[in-house]
Amino acid sequence: MSKYSEILFRPVFKENPIALQMLGICSALAVTSKLYPTLIMCVALTVTVSLSNFFISMIRNITPSNIRIIVQMTIISSLVILVDQALKAYDYETSKTLSVFVGLIITNCIVMGRAEAFAMQNPPGVSFLDGFGNGLGYSVILIVLGTIRELFGTGTILEYEIFPLVQNGGWYVPNNFFLLPPVSFILIGLIIWALRAWQKDQIEEPEFKMSQNSPEIVPNPPPTPSSKVAS
Amino acid sequence: MPKINKDSTLNITFVGIGLCLLCSAIISFIAIQLRSVQENNVVLDMQKKIVSSAGLEKVYGSVENAMSNIKTLIIDLDKGEIVDISPDSYELAKELREEGKYKFLSAEEDIASIKKREKYSKIYIEYKDNEINTLILPVRGYGLWGILYGYLAIEGDFNTVAGLEFYEHKETPGLGAEIDNPKWKAQWKGKKIYQENGEVSLKVIKGNVLETSNNFSYEIDGLSGATLTCNGVSNLIAYWMGNDGFLNFINNLQKIDV
Repeated sequence: MSKYSEILFRPVFKENPIALQMLGICSALAVTSKLYPTLIMCVALTVTVSLSNFFISMIRNITPSNIRIIVQMTIISSLVILVDQALKAYDYETSKTLSVFVGLIITNCIVMGRAEAFAMQNPPGVSFLDGFGNGLGYSVILIVLGTIRELFGTGTILEYEIFPLVQNGGWYVPNNFFLLPPVSFILIGLIIWALRAWQKDQIEEPEFKMSQNSPEIVPNPPPTPSSKVAS
Repeated sequence: MPKINKDSTLNITFVGIGLCLLCSAIISFIAIQLRSVQENNVVLDMQKKIVSSAGLEKVYGSVENAMSNIKTLIIDLDKGEIVDISPDSYELAKELREEGKYKFLSAEEDIASIKKREKYSKIYIEYKDNEINTLILPVRGYGLWGILYGYLAIEGDFNTVAGLEFYEHKETPGLGAEIDNPKWKAQWKGKKIYQENGEVSLKVIKGNVLETSNNFSYEIDGLSGATLTCNGVSNLIAYWMGNDGFLNFINNLQKIDV
């Protein structure tokens, strides 16, 4: 049993897709200015990555290796379209602003990354768990970002006023900087810092050594092949 | 189970075509199942904006009830007359593309900076006891970052504002986007549009409106940090309530029965 909970919870803190694998950063910047759309986005991504892992793993034994990426993309994009359609039908208000980003889940590296790295080698059940766990890991970071950005950017959480705003007779002047995407970058940086201060084994070996300012030239070691996919 | 050679050309073709067919079949099926719900959402969303511009959802209890008392009409803006065109297929964006269905505005005419004005406009009238209670007119004008689209609701005297609601804009959150703030919108109710000489006087001023001001019923508090958005709102009121906008129609309304 502990094997399954390991697969499910490992991606939340130990191998967080955003903080350690550096995947799916773009959507973390784009959708987190308010908490509610952030939550919807988390659900959309978690559903997509779990199901895509499940289906890709299901047909992994008959998937021809030279068209496997296309096969994965077909499954992922079909799922994304379904999620988008469902959103348009059941939460139209949110879908108006979020639809663009839901469509972009297709290019979210977490989904493809997990399909390649996990689902192609493992049976459907555990692949589903792995996808769900990665969805949770992504959600944790996004919810933290969404909460901080909405609270300081507009003084509210889920539209409920926490800091009384100046325009409604309170004292808080909303900091518009928090509504801009670069703030997420700074916040993600801080989260990674905090996470690595706590879990020391996440600190990576530097790929290049800083050389002293000495007359002799130290040749750079050859770059180690990296398995990471930049998103 | 015989082991298949998954990299054979036959298997590649089979998996490729099979997967595409399966996925497209599932997507088409779900899309068709959900279509009616989605279309309903779009209509409901538009109705909600129309109804809430006049605050009618509170009066009638729900958007559906309010809509059953609202009549949709197409009017000719130049003549100020109702025309016999079905309002169902009317779309503003389409009207502004079709040759002959819009006119270009000259610099002096174009107070609201909208460049083109449609020939026909789709308006909404709410009836109470067979009399016009509220007139809901589509208005638009340039703010700071883009065009503000909204509905202005006017009471049965065709001079008192019942409400103003923007349904699409690109203004800065926290500054210009405060045109969506319920507190700010609440001020519009009860304000007057025309002076006794017929001039459009309703506008957003800088700073707060003083209760003692002579123009108290023609002025709206400005939003701090959003002067250009506020000017945009004033301009669009001036344009759409003027001769080039709905004034001809409003003048005719007082003569004819709708």
